This record gives sequence, C-alpha cells and structure tokens, in this order.
Amino acid sequence: MAYSDKVIDHYENPRNVGSFEKGDAAVGTGMVGAPACGDVMKLQIKVGTDGRIEDARFKTYGCGSAIASSSLVTEWVKGKTLDEAASIKNTQIAHELSLPPVKIHCSILAEDAIKAAVEDYKKKHGLAEAPQEQKVA
Amino acid sequence: MSPRLPIYLDYSATTPVDPRVAQKMIPYLTEIFGNPASRSHAFGWKAEEAVEQARAQVAALVNADPKEIVWTSGATEGNNLAIKGAAHFYKTKGKHLITQKTEHKAVLDTFRELERQGFEATYLEVEPNGLVSLEKFAAALRPDTILASIMMVNNEIGVIQPVWEIAELCKKKGIIFHCDAVQGGGRVEIDMQKFKADLLTITAHKMYGPKGIGALYVRKKPRVRIEAQIHGGGHERGFRSGTLATHQIVGFGEAARLAKLEMATDNERIRALRNKLWTSIQQIEEVYLNGDLERRIPHNLNVSFNFVEGESLIMAVKDIAVSSGSACTSASLEPSYVLRALGRSDELAHSSIRITLGRFTTEEEVDYAGNLIKSKVAKLRELSPLWEMYKEGIDINSVQWAAH
Repeated sequence: MAYSDKVIDHYENPRNVGSFEKGDAAVGTGMVGAPACGDVMKLQIKVGTDGRIEDARFKTYGCGSAIASSSLVTEWVKGKTLDEAASIKNTQIAHELSLPPVKIHCSILAEDAIKAAVEDYKKKHGLAEAPQEQKVA
Repeated sequence: MSPRLPIYLDYSATTPVDPRVAQKMIPYLTEIFGNPASRSHAFGWKAEEAVEQARAQVAALVNADPKEIVWTSGATEGNNLAIKGAAHFYKTKGKHLITQKTEHKAVLDTFRELERQGFEATYLEVEPNGLVSLEKFAAALRPDTILASIMMVNNEIGVIQPVWEIAELCKKKGIIFHCDAVQGGGRVEIDMQKFKADLLTITAHKMYGPKGIGALYVRKKPRVRIEAQIHGGGHERGFRSGTLATHQIVGFGEAARLAKLEMATDNERIRALRNKLWTSIQQIEEVYLNGDLERRIPHNLNVSFNFVEGESLIMAVKDIAVSSGSACTSASLEPSYVLRALGRSDELAHSSIRITLGRFTTEEEVDYAGNLIKSKVAKLRELSPLWEMYKEGIDINSVQWAAH
C-alpha cells in the first residue's frame, strides 16, 4: 500500500493527540466506528465562549489513513463555528490526503466523528439542531 | 552496532539463496547448460548427472530413495500433483477426502477443486493451540475415505502437527496420506523410513535454495500411485513432464545437503534468538502468542497486540520485514483464516504479526526488532481510544458500537 506523503506525515507526527475531560461543559465528544471493523475514532472539540472551536483532540484505532484523517480534521476544526465544522465533507479530507478508493471510508468516518462531537456539545447545551439558514458555507 | 535496515524477518515467506548454493548453480546456467533429457551427447549427460546427484541429495535430506523424488516447479504444483494425482487414481475406491482448516491455500483450493469434480471433503477444525486432534481426525474417517492431507508445520503460526501419528493411522486404514512439509523441510528432521506418509511436498526456497523448484516424494514401498497432472515428454517417469531446470535442481540439491549438515546447529541458534525476542515482546501488556509454543518450529513467533490496529502496526514497524496476520492492506479487509480458526477475535487476528527467523538472523537484529516493536506498540496505544478505555476499566465488548 503506497501512502501519500501527507498521510505518512500525519501518521508519523499526529497532531493534537490526546483527550479532554469528557464531563467538561465546553467539550463535545464524538466516538464513531467499531473495533471489529478495524477503526474507532474519538474526536473531541473544546468550544470557546464566542462559540468557536478553540481546540481539538483525537485518538484513533485504525490504519494509517484513519489516523491521518482524524489528525487532519483536528487541525481543520480549530477556529471554526460548530456549523462550519459540521459542514466539512469527507471528499475534502480524501482530496487533501490523496486517499485511494479503498481508504475513502476513513474520511467518511472522520466526517462522522466531527458531526458526532458537534452533536454531543449541542446536546449538552440543550441546543436544537442548527437551523439550515444559519449555516455558513 | 545497529543493524542494516530493513531487517528481514520473514523467512517463512522465503529465504535468501545461500551464497554457497548460488555458487554451485552458476556453471549450470552458462557452461553445463545441456538438456538433461539429451541422451546423445556430453552436454546432456553432464546435466543429467548433476540432476541425479541433486536428487540423491534431496532424497538424503528426508532419508528416502532417490527414485522416490519427483521434481516439480514448487510446492503449489507439488501439492496439486499429490492431492489431485492420488484422488484421481484412487477414485474408484471412494470419494471422501480429509484435510484441516489451517492448511495452505495450495491444499485448500485443490480440495475445493476436487469437490467441484464430485469428491466429498471434510475440513477438520483445529484446537485453540492450532493443532489437529488425533481423536477428531480418527472420528472423521469414513469407509470411503481415500486420501488425507495434513501439513507438517503451519506457515503462519509454526506449529508442528501430529503428522507422524496421523500417517500411522492412515497406513493402518489403507488411506493415502499426503503431507505438505514445505515449512518443515530443512527445519524439522524428516525420515521417510520412520514417517509413514505416502506423499510429501517440499520446496527449495524455504531452505536457502532458489524459487521455482520443488520436490514431491512418492513412496515406492508400498508403491503409491498418482495420475500425472502435466503431460508432455514423459519426464520424471511420467509423473511430471517438462524440461528439467538443471540449475534450479542443482541449487535445491546443494541447499538440501547444507540443510542436512547444519539443521541441528541452525535450529539451536535460532531457538535461542527466538526465545530472546519473545521474552522481550512479552514485556508488553496484552500480548498474545498465537499457536502452541512447545510444538512449534524454533523459527516462528506469531503475536497479537490487543488495542492496536494491524495495518498501522505493520506501517509502524516498517524497518523490520514481517508478515501481517491481516490481509487488510489489500481491498479485502479479511483477518487471517488461520488465526480465526484458532478462535481469535477479528480484532486480535487483525493486530497480529508473524516474525520468522532464519540462518542469517543475528542477535543485533533480534534486539533491534524487539525494541522497535515495544516502542511502536506503545506509541500506537497512546493513539488508541480502545487502549484508553481498557485502562479506564471499560469492557470494550460491552460497548454498543455503531456498525459502519
């Protein structure tokens, strides 16, 4: 399996590895995937008082592409609003990392992980699903 | 001194040609190039002499008569010739065949083909330690069983099957017994005067000989019959037609001669290195050895690392050339069928590596490999949410995972 240089870079020097305190009100946690399928991603976001994501952490059990996809999105979500973060598409991740077709599921999982983390944060704060018109492209 | 990277630790996949073997082969490419089947001139005679000397050397390795050795292109052909050849010859006596689930694909796929041709096959389960149970084997025998095939040494986990006992049982019952001894040749002492197998497959490239040459042992006393699968000029007494690859055969002969001489000392040295490596790896938490440790060739370690994903593990240890228990580097995402047959979970089957040592493995290489594995497993576990959950005391199996 030939990995792209970007995948290898993220795999060898993963960004933002670690965990936030799950119970912290400012933290949203998303855990997606299943061990039997070969990938589990845990993505956490820390949301600032201005409603923007100020920090992110991940832990991933999975192949090099899965680790790279989750490492990449922790960089991408920083500074974004919740809705901006939730609008990140797997195709953007796959394109950035030049993932081959058999590894597209890794980017889908990373997209799902962001959405799950955002949803967890919103649930904690009693926020309803964001109205569509407020979504920033 | 740090060893040259990457370190080759995949001797069960193939071995390098021993330089002494390569030296013997060279003249048979350029000078003594005759066709051993040419009876009318010295070029042919010399080639034939070399082929027969090699036949005697390979026969000597397994204490057989040179007339019992048939050259093949390798083990896949040897297994096909033995199994299809015997099944086709004895098909009027019965149609039932027996093998077991952790055989090499060269045996399993041959059995599948025979099933398509109308034979019936039993695939025995193995015990959790990877071994075939003699009782279960005996219980699977039927009045119409004509052939059984059980490997000597498993290629993934290195366990040594009780083929000697199975051969005795088959002999008593008048059933042809074939043994795929590819991983045992040159590593396990094989004496065909004591071992009652009727057919035995070996190959050169697992014992420091060249690829592309193998041998099938076909017992003469009592005589075992097989139907040829490749037809042509009637070479190899009609068992296997095709011009003989003199240089390959000479290489196999020399490799067999060296194996016979050096097997005992090689094995002792390799066992000490393997045990040192296992001791080092065992310092890691949540590590599982796959297959029985005692009934195992000294060359093999097959280890699963819990909470680490297989493909990222292989990527992490790229400085050592090892084999993965998982085929997820291909598109199939299939865990090893051998490890599944031992009852390992998909996760543990995925996160396994097979490390196989050989004649040229050094202590420095083994030390390097052990340290590399320890540091990389630790790094991947730092990244693993499953490891974090395990450390928090959460049972991974109790979590409701979303299927995807």
